[in-house]
Amino acid sequence: MPTHEPWSAPRAAGIIAAHTQREGATLPILHALQEAFGYVDAEAVPLIADALNLSRAEVHGCITFYHDFRAGPAGRRTVKLCRAEACQAMGADALHDEILSRLGVGWHGTTRDGAVTVEPVFCLGLCACAPAALVDGQPVARLDADTLQAALTERLT
Amino acid sequence: MSVTVFIPRDAVALGLGADQVASAVARTAEARGLDVAIVRTGSRGMLWLEPLVEVETPEGRIAYGPVRPGDVDSLFDAGLAEGGAHRLRIGRPEEHPYLARQQRLTFGRCGIVDPVSVEDYRAHGGYRGLEKALAVEPVAVVDAVKASGLRGRGGAGFPTGIKWNTVMLAEADRKYVVCNADEGDSGTFADRMLMEGDPFTLIEGMTIAAVAVGATRGYIYLRSEYPQAHETLKAAIAAGERAGVLGTDILGSGRSFHLEVRLGAGAYICGEETSLLESLEGKRGIVRAKPPIPALKGLFGKPTLVNNVLSFAAVPWILEHGGQAYADYGMGRSLGTLPIQLAGNVRQGGLIELAFGITVREVIEQFGGGTASGRPVRAVQVGGPLGAYFPDALLDTPLDYEAFAARKGLVGHGGIVVFDDTVDMARQARFAFEFCAIESCGKCTPCRIGAVRGRETMDRVIAGEDPGANLALVADLCEVMTDGSLCAMGGLTPVPVMSAITHFPEDFDRSRPMPLAAE
Repeated sequence: MPTHEPWSAPRAAGIIAAHTQREGATLPILHALQEAFGYVDAEAVPLIADALNLSRAEVHGCITFYHDFRAGPAGRRTVKLCRAEACQAMGADALHDEILSRLGVGWHGTTRDGAVTVEPVFCLGLCACAPAALVDGQPVARLDADTLQAALTERLT
Repeated sequence: MSVTVFIPRDAVALGLGADQVASAVARTAEARGLDVAIVRTGSRGMLWLEPLVEVETPEGRIAYGPVRPGDVDSLFDAGLAEGGAHRLRIGRPEEHPYLARQQRLTFGRCGIVDPVSVEDYRAHGGYRGLEKALAVEPVAVVDAVKASGLRGRGGAGFPTGIKWNTVMLAEADRKYVVCNADEGDSGTFADRMLMEGDPFTLIEGMTIAAVAVGATRGYIYLRSEYPQAHETLKAAIAAGERAGVLGTDILGSGRSFHLEVRLGAGAYICGEETSLLESLEGKRGIVRAKPPIPALKGLFGKPTLVNNVLSFAAVPWILEHGGQAYADYGMGRSLGTLPIQLAGNVRQGGLIELAFGITVREVIEQFGGGTASGRPVRAVQVGGPLGAYFPDALLDTPLDYEAFAARKGLVGHGGIVVFDDTVDMARQARFAFEFCAIESCGKCTPCRIGAVRGRETMDRVIAGEDPGANLALVADLCEVMTDGSLCAMGGLTPVPVMSAITHFPEDFDRSRPMPLAAE
């Protein structure tokens, strides 16, 4: 289970500085920030803009273009459920309805206790053993509601 | 005596418990006082048998699968170390009909080698292609690729040799080689399998390309949905630098090639090459208008060779064996082999590398063994979310770029997704628009607005509101998207939509009460 640091501007500035010499550094910086803090805080925008000599609008535009980057913290566990065709062919739509209703959330939602965030994803490359999910970055193939529950419980301990 | 056991760390195998199996093997061996070395490999591609555990014996490797952690004790009881009899015993994997019938040129090492060992890669014939490339003039390398007939495996099918030639002839102070590893199409996983199972084939292919076109820097743009591939690629590149096959003096030639993996961030459109380049530059992944083509003005405005994982990965074999040897496989203008990915509602899904020309039906019946649900096949989508849905009547189409184009479909990246008779094709058509609406970069109007209007119109069709008029509207909209979109995202979204309407009209007339969906 991933642990994240609380947002800290000086720490963020350090992370940004480690990447500024790279070509096209924006995405590596955003990934590094999200890995450290679990999301990309709005306060990071001017820090990145200054470091890379970009406008704030360019940085903000980049962050919001990509599905991966979050504006706020997610739940303690993140579940990405594949919604693409190969998983649909194995009954993913009905399975997703069941999972979302069990957890009491919608897409992109976090359970009230902050335990689990559920996000849609289009293809994890596990299409021959569908339906598929990523639980905190770990693949789960031939997913059903019980295997998901098991994956969530197992990795909690 | 030490025994070597091979357990995949391919994402599918991990998703089915391969790590737990590996721990159980290590634990059991220790408890029994046996000296067992575990090598983590990629997958052979018989994915329904994962986790497939193999053991080195005097008769070659013997496979068992699918192995659950609870099976490990009984495997040792049965004499796993000697390849003993067990209900999960497959025998020699290469003699399994699924693999024996394949023509593995690109995937020959996948599932066999340790993916992050240069030594193992070379022991299995690796780097012979690069050695040949370094011994000749760049133009001879490009000529070999031209002679092979290789066409871009990402989906567009553009002749690879022509692209290489353009970048080679471009004059600039700096050139780039970029690998498009943003394998976003549903039903495709060949790139992922290769990057996790045999990344040096890709790395060698990119290095040959760099030598040929005169680039010293390369990037692999990898989708973030593949965290396991990311780790393997990073480890392989680091190992390659240590071994002198990447870096400042590759194989002692004095040539340098620096390679880096960059992660995407969940945008399907970044599989479009100009959008990918924007993303690599640190911007929003907005599609560029062409011309200028990336081969002349690509990454940071410099000449850039952009190829798919499988295009680069075909090159080491081509250089080693010659362009003509590769062109001897295939049919018509589709030459060489296609790594086919069989997925969805199918019993035996996996990776099937074969010469172009096999029909979709042969793949599904001879390799897939029918549907997973046991129900009849009703629709098959070939070529990802922008590919056509084919009915039974079109399943005898050979996998060939031109044959598919003639039936208003596309081979794409070679993914085949099987649906049984419970599929609702109107919902699939709606999904094609919905996907485009979510993933459109927003630059051109036909795609940005068309996808949203298409989804809304399909909702009306599904609700049974004036299907005739609304379907006419969908057809009109599709024509605008096809003709007016800037790239393949908007331009090909009509392919799944119109193929569904054309081949499965019965699913679109909702004005009459629908029969209850089966189950």
